[in-house]
Amino acid sequence: MQLTPDTIILIEWGPLRLNATILGTWLIMAILVGVSWLVTRRLQPDLPPGRWRNSLEVLVLMIEDQIRAITQRGVHSVMAFSGTLFLFIAASNLLALVPGMRAPTGSLSTTVALTISVMLAVPLFGIAHGGLRQYLAGFVQPTVLLLPFNLLGEMSKGISLSIRLYGNIMSGAVIAAILLGIAPLFFPVIMEAFGLLVGMIQAYIFAVLATVYISAAMAEPSKPSIDPENPS
Amino acid sequence: MNDLSLVALVSIITAGLTVAIGSFGAALGEGRAAAAAMSAIAQQPDAAPALSRTLFVSLAMVESSGIYCFVVALILIFANPFWDAVRPLITG
Repeated sequence: MQLTPDTIILIEWGPLRLNATILGTWLIMAILVGVSWLVTRRLQPDLPPGRWRNSLEVLVLMIEDQIRAITQRGVHSVMAFSGTLFLFIAASNLLALVPGMRAPTGSLSTTVALTISVMLAVPLFGIAHGGLRQYLAGFVQPTVLLLPFNLLGEMSKGISLSIRLYGNIMSGAVIAAILLGIAPLFFPVIMEAFGLLVGMIQAYIFAVLATVYISAAMAEPSKPSIDPENPS
Repeated sequence: MNDLSLVALVSIITAGLTVAIGSFGAALGEGRAAAAAMSAIAQQPDAAPALSRTLFVSLAMVESSGIYCFVVALILIFANPFWDAVRPLITG
């Protein structure tokens, strides 16, 4: 039983090993970049939008709507990051349905890499929006005494983000493999269909959580606000 | 009872207990969250999109603790790190 696609080594060439995770990741990257490049290759303002361009626009507008519902600041720059995360994770979860392929998100390496990019993007967005001073001041927020707990919370965010995606996708693949040994042909199909739903939801969750963390880093520090209705 | 069977025994019993207790809490929490969202949607059908988005996110966050337990159980059964510590004693 292979828990992760890391252990499936396709080509071994000296110290370099090409495993199924890397192959799947490259495949997803090639598909995403290739389709986007092919669709937006000849954009002309006077032509009516074609079938492909329409579907791409629907996707982008849907992502933009979802992000606008969470945050109001810098929607476009956040969308470039979170939307890419969503598309990559959704496409790699769909790759598990292709026979012979394993989802690259079922490997802890992929999810930790994605989480590191989120954990790097959160301070970058925060510093770009409010400045270094305001971002660092967020760590000593109620008092300086809580600094270690704020740092610990930041770390546990990253750990839970990576383990959640890895655990969901890996457990789906393992449950399908176990059921294949017990009751072939019928139950694995149901579990694969359920895995489709779980994969989409997990991609959505990952992107939404990344957006929430970024928008929390970009938020203004909470000031003691004066209620306009009844100023005391 | 040698070391190998002891490790196997403890691993299998712990894996079963991990999934049982871990999924119990997560399922209880998810049921409560879903029930609260249902009654909220019944009271305010207009807010259904915002409610269901929040419900999905919170369900996934609640579920992740159950998933952690499942990952630990799978590691105990299929990728137990203590096998390698015991195996040389048996063969060697």
